[in-house]
Amino acid sequence: MTSAAATLRSAPEPARAETRGRAVGLTADEIYRQLLRALAISVFAVLVLIVFETTRGALPSIQAFGWRFLISTEWDPVAEKFGALPYLYGTLVTSALALLLAIPPCLGAAVYLSELASRRLGAALTFVIELLASIPSIVFGVWGLFVLAPWLRTTIEPFLIAKFGFLPLFRGFPFGIGILNAGLVLAVMVAPTIVSISREILLSTPRSLREAALALGATRAEGIAVTLDAARPGILGAIILALGRALGETMAVTMVIGNTNRISASLLAPGSTMASVIANEFTEATGKLYLAALFEIALVLFAITLVLNAMARLLVYWATGGRRDVAGAA
Amino acid sequence: MIHPLRSIRRAILPALAAALALGALALPAAAQKLTGAGATFPYPIYSKWFDMYKEKTGIEINYQSIGSGAGIQQVKAGTVDFGASDAALSAVQLKDMPRKVVHIPTVAGAVALAYNLPGMSAQLKMTPEIITDIYMGKITVWNDKKIAAANPGVEMPAAPILPVHRSDGSGTTNIFVTYLASVSAPWKEMVGVGTSVSWPAGVGGKGNDGVAGVVRQTPGAIGYVELAYAEQNKLSVALLRNKAGSFVAPSLASTTAAVQSSLAMLAKDVRAPIANAASPEAYPIAGMTYLLVYQDQKDPVKAKALVDFIAWAMHDGQAVVEELNYAKLPESVIKVNMSTLATLSANGKKLLAGTPQ
Repeated sequence: MTSAAATLRSAPEPARAETRGRAVGLTADEIYRQLLRALAISVFAVLVLIVFETTRGALPSIQAFGWRFLISTEWDPVAEKFGALPYLYGTLVTSALALLLAIPPCLGAAVYLSELASRRLGAALTFVIELLASIPSIVFGVWGLFVLAPWLRTTIEPFLIAKFGFLPLFRGFPFGIGILNAGLVLAVMVAPTIVSISREILLSTPRSLREAALALGATRAEGIAVTLDAARPGILGAIILALGRALGETMAVTMVIGNTNRISASLLAPGSTMASVIANEFTEATGKLYLAALFEIALVLFAITLVLNAMARLLVYWATGGRRDVAGAA
Repeated sequence: MIHPLRSIRRAILPALAAALALGALALPAAAQKLTGAGATFPYPIYSKWFDMYKEKTGIEINYQSIGSGAGIQQVKAGTVDFGASDAALSAVQLKDMPRKVVHIPTVAGAVALAYNLPGMSAQLKMTPEIITDIYMGKITVWNDKKIAAANPGVEMPAAPILPVHRSDGSGTTNIFVTYLASVSAPWKEMVGVGTSVSWPAGVGGKGNDGVAGVVRQTPGAIGYVELAYAEQNKLSVALLRNKAGSFVAPSLASTTAAVQSSLAMLAKDVRAPIANAASPEAYPIAGMTYLLVYQDQKDPVKAKALVDFIAWAMHDGQAVVEELNYAKLPESVIKVNMSTLATLSANGKKLLAGTPQ
């Protein structure tokens, strides 16, 4: 064993002797490689540190409330009793509403931009849509509060209450701020993500697919359906990315959601999300348990985002069978 | 992009070199710098005081308005020379501190109820009961009997009421709920007092501007904001019936009157709430903001600088607070503060020899 290892070690000796002139180069390569590895690891280390610190901060709350933290609706800083359910609920409902409102028009826009619009018009429109993504979220918040809210209050919500008031979803007073407003603002905010990624995906589907469909006598619409089918995993990925943004959005939501810790079946009622409660309350969180409860909410939000990202990866991998040549596999 | 970067670099390098050189030379002068952290509500007046004081004495005070909660944490950790909080520390919080901490009230503030009732010309009048019932979700329409009774001769609209509160933890909330708890036993039991509470009704807005934004946008809304904010933005504010039975508008004078009226309690403990004060001139929703200082300081030089600054703030400093819409402390409370300052020491040695009265 030892001798074998020794032989192995000694074997490349002559080769090394021959390339001695390049030894310096090799060392530089090695340094470079190690440096890059350290950089790559440091990114990972930051993630581990964040998880570690957040968990450490959340520990008093985890010990005090256990699993009840996730199912309790009570959030009472005075009595130091904390439960995250209203915030979990608010986060999931606003995000789901945003996707529900954003997906149909965004996919339509993506199909138009990639299949039907002229190259110039497509490029121009895409530029404008992508510009939406660079607007700071506080601007969306101000828009939600000062433009969208009065419109909802005077037009949309009275209409919903009059026509669909028999559903618990649309009961209550038309105040303009609440879950519905937050969902709408989020829908606008995630739209550029869905449109621009879906467009890219559609553009990168193999041309042969479309041509084959048309050759078989498919109409233009049927041809587009075939393309959409091929692009499905990539589009799913785009939607998951959009969901990620909706889940974590803080400032705009905080400004329009109404910030209460009550769960209501009505979309017109105010609510709260995990990100908004952290932004709202951490500066004045004086008690140890209070701060820990906010840390635990951060941890839960982090876990949800992580699970969703992993799911998105798996979904794309599964749908493409692990191949990298299909649109959106990357 | 390149030009600003280059100019920044050009500016930073010499500055850095200068700072390093100065740092090496002026090591003893480091004591002439104080750091504080905490409440955001008094930040405008504190930063004005720090500017004035620096001009006068050269002592630099660095204050971070990171919120009362975070300020208290920093005091506890000993990372700042003083903390600032809008809510007085509870007995438990005081016991949690490593050493004895004293409270020094610096200015008083009031909380105004701003409302949005289009077409109503008379100023809205409110009683403690109405305010509590609105925020408890018991009164939900403006033409409620109780509101009509408090506003004789005014026709109240049949619109729904939207109570608006702060969604972020805040000293303003603390002043407001301290008042509600002092006028309503159910509030005290069910909701309690704190910088954020579990609100039974209404919607939350972030910051004074968030609350005011919702109130402005929504006919039928009512919300509480700092007096200074309400005045600067010319919001319609309600008259409140105080303990003596008179309807009082929120103002600097009626706030100072509330502090003055609570003097007997304040002399015993400056942490005593001044909400619902007894004087007929007093506005009932008022409170003070505090500096938090360790009674026995570790660094005598810094401690001396801190005590001198607070003494200055109590005298020359008070002259400028009304420019920024804070209410002055009455002379009597300043006396209480000066005797608190006289108890401060550094490693057991008293700091304030000749009290400048």
